[in-house]
Amino acid sequence: MSTPSANEALGRDEIAHLARLSRLALTEEELDRFAGQLGAVLDAVAQVGKADVGDVAPTTHAVPLTNVLRADVATPSLPRDVVLAAAPAAEDDRFRVPRILGEE
Amino acid sequence: MSRPEHAELTDLDAAELGRRLSAGEVSSVEATRAYLDRIEAEDGAVGAYLHVDTDAALERAAAVDAARAAGEELGPLAGLPVALKDVFVTEGVPTTSGSRILEGWRPPYDATVTRRLKDAGTVLLGKTNMDEFAMGSSTENSAYRVTRNPWDLARIPGGSSGGSSAAVAGGLAPWALGTDTGGSIRQPAAVTGLVGHKPTYGSVSRYGLIAFSSSLDQAGPMARTVLDAAVLHEAIGGHDPRDSTSIDAPLPPLAECARRGAAGDLTGLRVGVVRELGGEGHADGYEEGVLARVAEAVQLIEGMGAEVREVSCPSFDLALPAYYLIAPSEASSNLARFEGMRFGIRVADDGRHDLDEVMALTREQGFGPEVKRRIILGTYALSAGYYDAYYGQAQKVRTLITRDFTAAFADVDVLISPTTPSVAFPIGSRVDDPLAMYAADLCTLPASLAGLPATSVPCGLSDGLPVGLQIMAPALADDRCYSLAAAVEAALDSARGHRLLDELPTRAGAAS
Repeated sequence: MSTPSANEALGRDEIAHLARLSRLALTEEELDRFAGQLGAVLDAVAQVGKADVGDVAPTTHAVPLTNVLRADVATPSLPRDVVLAAAPAAEDDRFRVPRILGEE
Repeated sequence: MSRPEHAELTDLDAAELGRRLSAGEVSSVEATRAYLDRIEAEDGAVGAYLHVDTDAALERAAAVDAARAAGEELGPLAGLPVALKDVFVTEGVPTTSGSRILEGWRPPYDATVTRRLKDAGTVLLGKTNMDEFAMGSSTENSAYRVTRNPWDLARIPGGSSGGSSAAVAGGLAPWALGTDTGGSIRQPAAVTGLVGHKPTYGSVSRYGLIAFSSSLDQAGPMARTVLDAAVLHEAIGGHDPRDSTSIDAPLPPLAECARRGAAGDLTGLRVGVVRELGGEGHADGYEEGVLARVAEAVQLIEGMGAEVREVSCPSFDLALPAYYLIAPSEASSNLARFEGMRFGIRVADDGRHDLDEVMALTREQGFGPEVKRRIILGTYALSAGYYDAYYGQAQKVRTLITRDFTAAFADVDVLISPTTPSVAFPIGSRVDDPLAMYAADLCTLPASLAGLPATSVPCGLSDGLPVGLQIMAPALADDRCYSLAAAVEAALDSARGHRLLDELPTRAGAAS
């Protein structure tokens, strides 16, 4: 399996793109620093490509997962005021958030 | 420095302190006060705690004493102080996971393990420092403070549960809980001379444990003796309906196995030394002193009647790259919940920035460099076009590692290796080199990826610093780890004439 070399794959532009996708407003200085560090890390983790995996099934979890259902009975939730007390901003019994649409 | 009053109480292991509490020789308030005094006197230098819950701890201790005085039936842990890594949510008590993004947050509920420790009557001393979101091997990635190794204050206490290891080794808590995703209980235990156990994945509840990598995270005990670790494990373990990955099976009798194991008869036990983890021909990157102590432990185990052989697990060579794809991938998804809307800090909410910008600026300010690196790497590994080559391939390697364990356990009962390739390294020496930091997890990662139980037990000193022996067992056979660890501990204590922690410079200095 061919993997792109780390430098072309995780350069400054790619990191800036990934940062936007992950909602991280990285600084110019961070972009420079991470480009070098993540290039080296990616080279190291790319070693997984050396394994002969043939038709080996992937493991997503250490124990077999099955759906776990409970009886459909209402149980108490955390009180609303307790939850909202921990929020950065609340208004009218709701989380207050910044505008989600641009100016008209 | 003069020792606070009752400081000798803080040198006892939890079992002995518990015995004195039950016998009424000492009160919980006295024991709790002794720890709080010592924290006040010494934690400025050690840096183990992020929050000390002084008033609540003394109140709780007084309540236990009152109940005991009234003749109430109390459990064996009642009145014993304990410290929790700051990754466990604690109702009303600040919880940060070592991150600025949760600065000032007081959770509205308790983690299941927090609840179980409260129900057992333990007294929470406080929350211990950690690498931010448990990402690190030195606790230097904490957003709040540096934690120092009580054996040498210029060195790291391990990580990510380094506040817990420093507290327990340094006499600032009798025992503590940590969490282990790729080695974060075992490695800090190893470099501070403690016993640390990562339980079988799914055998201790993850409810209320701030998630890093959900398919790997496990809570477990860190203690001064194997028996203490087993007792603490029993207190927190077992099925929890609030965790869908919780295994619905009873725990083996861990404390009983630790007690019996200390008798030291290992006749019939088949022990495999893992070639790929510091065994013959695979010693690159391992310190000689570490390999020497482990080799001596192997001889000791053989001398107690076990049948020892070398076992090869070739896929373990790829555990580190597989882990550093899987864990960041899961982290990049888990940490999406920290967006500054429902809890934690929010920045730039000034009417000039929209939702996406506020989220991005909040996360930029709230997360430290290692967390950001892992989010970027994880997002990359999960991207269309790269998924198969990275995340998908790592998951297949995970299968190969599990197969190697299965094959090995067809021939042996337990596997052993060093816990970590080196003794505690100097603070600052690896902080700018992620790959050098990751190498501290080399030996602990395979059991993490396979979800297996593993213990680190002290096996001596190298250049005056502790070395850990790792013992790995099949899923749900945590009792085998405790049995063998207890045998090793008892034999070494007896040969030495005292416990390893008695050689701690601060302790030896205090005694003289």
